[in-house]
Amino acid sequence: MSSPTTSAARSSRAMPTIKLKAQADRLAPWLALLVLLLVWEAACRLLKLPSFVLPSPSAILAATQKVGFGAWSEHIFATLRVTLMGYGLSILIGIPLAIALASSRLMSRTLYPLLVIVQSTPIVAVAPIIVVVMGAGDLPRVFITFLIAFFPIVVSCVTGLLATPEELVELSRSLGASKAREYRNIRLPYAIPHLFSALRISITLAVIGAVVAEFVAAEKGLGYFINFSTSMFQVPQAFAALMMLVVISLALFHLIGLLQKAFFPWSLPKAQH
Amino acid sequence: MSAAAPNATPRPNISFDRVSQVFTSSDGSEVVALDNASFDIGRHEFIAVLGPSGCGKSTLLRILAGLVRPTHGQVSIYGSPVDGPRDEIGIVFQKPTLLPWLNIRDNLTFPMRHKYGRVTAQEITRGEELLELVGLKEFGNKRPDELSGGMQQRAAIARALLHDPEILLMDEPFSALDALTRDELSLELLNIWTQRPKTVLFITHSIPEALLLADRILVMSARPGRVQEIIDVDLPRPRSMETLTEPRFNELANHIRRKVFSRHADH
Repeated sequence: MSSPTTSAARSSRAMPTIKLKAQADRLAPWLALLVLLLVWEAACRLLKLPSFVLPSPSAILAATQKVGFGAWSEHIFATLRVTLMGYGLSILIGIPLAIALASSRLMSRTLYPLLVIVQSTPIVAVAPIIVVVMGAGDLPRVFITFLIAFFPIVVSCVTGLLATPEELVELSRSLGASKAREYRNIRLPYAIPHLFSALRISITLAVIGAVVAEFVAAEKGLGYFINFSTSMFQVPQAFAALMMLVVISLALFHLIGLLQKAFFPWSLPKAQH
Repeated sequence: MSAAAPNATPRPNISFDRVSQVFTSSDGSEVVALDNASFDIGRHEFIAVLGPSGCGKSTLLRILAGLVRPTHGQVSIYGSPVDGPRDEIGIVFQKPTLLPWLNIRDNLTFPMRHKYGRVTAQEITRGEELLELVGLKEFGNKRPDELSGGMQQRAAIARALLHDPEILLMDEPFSALDALTRDELSLELLNIWTQRPKTVLFITHSIPEALLLADRILVMSARPGRVQEIIDVDLPRPRSMETLTEPRFNELANHIRRKVFSRHADH
């Protein structure tokens, strides 16, 4: 091993290049995005593409401004509301369902095929039926979102619950602790890393679910707005709404990661502590 | 506590009476994991169970822990039959199995919190004492993944000792560790056992480890799992790494090796 002084000297000499590298690392994706936008803008102008084929970034920006802050926030709020309600319902139903599936062989044999059938059904095709059955209002939208988002939560949570080391379960049994405690104190915490990977996937699915629901039946929301705009050939503002959906998805995805880091730092891989 | 003279305790505190365990495997065939095991363990005796994998060592431990019901026969502790997990027992597994979301201090008291929903002040104090005993005094606030494998296993031993069990069951506790850490922990276990005498059932597949630690060694053979011989380890205590160089140590080691290999030659 090298002595502390030499290693310190080496690291201070290496510092500038490391810093530069780290900065390049951070800037690279933004730079790529910028180049993409410039190429896109240039292509639209040089090829004189009509805006209903492919609007240029500047046209999208102009459309965004034209729609105005009030209208946007109304649509964004509506979509977020449905997304989060459906997502919340997925968690509320998904986790207890996972516990039922993990703890009983009979339950798992009975329910699992049904879950797979639900998951295999194209929700986009079922959405209009759901709206007809459930009527107008939030209920069908939240339900459609739930149907799309809940499956990964159930599957990952079951995997996590069953991934608990057998010896730890034996420890629990050797203490004479109840099944309920075994699940609460050992299995559920063990499922957290699995659960959070599913929660990240599911939040983006929930956004998709909300948009699908808004395509079918809604009077506001970004999904509704895209549908409405395209029917009026207002493609730039449809693109603007699409961009917002992407940003919302990314933000929520990131938020789930932050929540995991804040509340369950131990559940992250060691390098991310 | 009185100075325990482990070899001289006649009153058995654990007894296995013709215990057999038969498992039905997934293809429907029956596997005899343990065949007609009968033996007694004295109070504060250190017993090592030695044998190849699949000889029913772990089954033996799990039956004694009350985790598995034997198919035939009976195990009793202090004369009362084992029909479920009991308070007198502490278990150390092959892997440390600490909870990754708790620090070491909370991991030590976890069994109490898990069982009773709360931890008493006395148990917390005891936890601190045990941390010191196993040399982890400065690591109470660390999380398991910040500790080496050896340190994690020390914490697991301390956890098993928290409720001051009369009987300590250890299922190949050092087999996942590197050789040096393993020797170090063996000596430390001897030290702990001398300071706080307990009846220990120690499962291992290492002959030197068994000889270094145990008063008696149960040599087992596989398929069906049988107690082949019980060997008195007449090496003087206190034992240390020097014990490994004594002629008697080699004699015993060779004897056990012959036992184990002769069985294998039969097949």
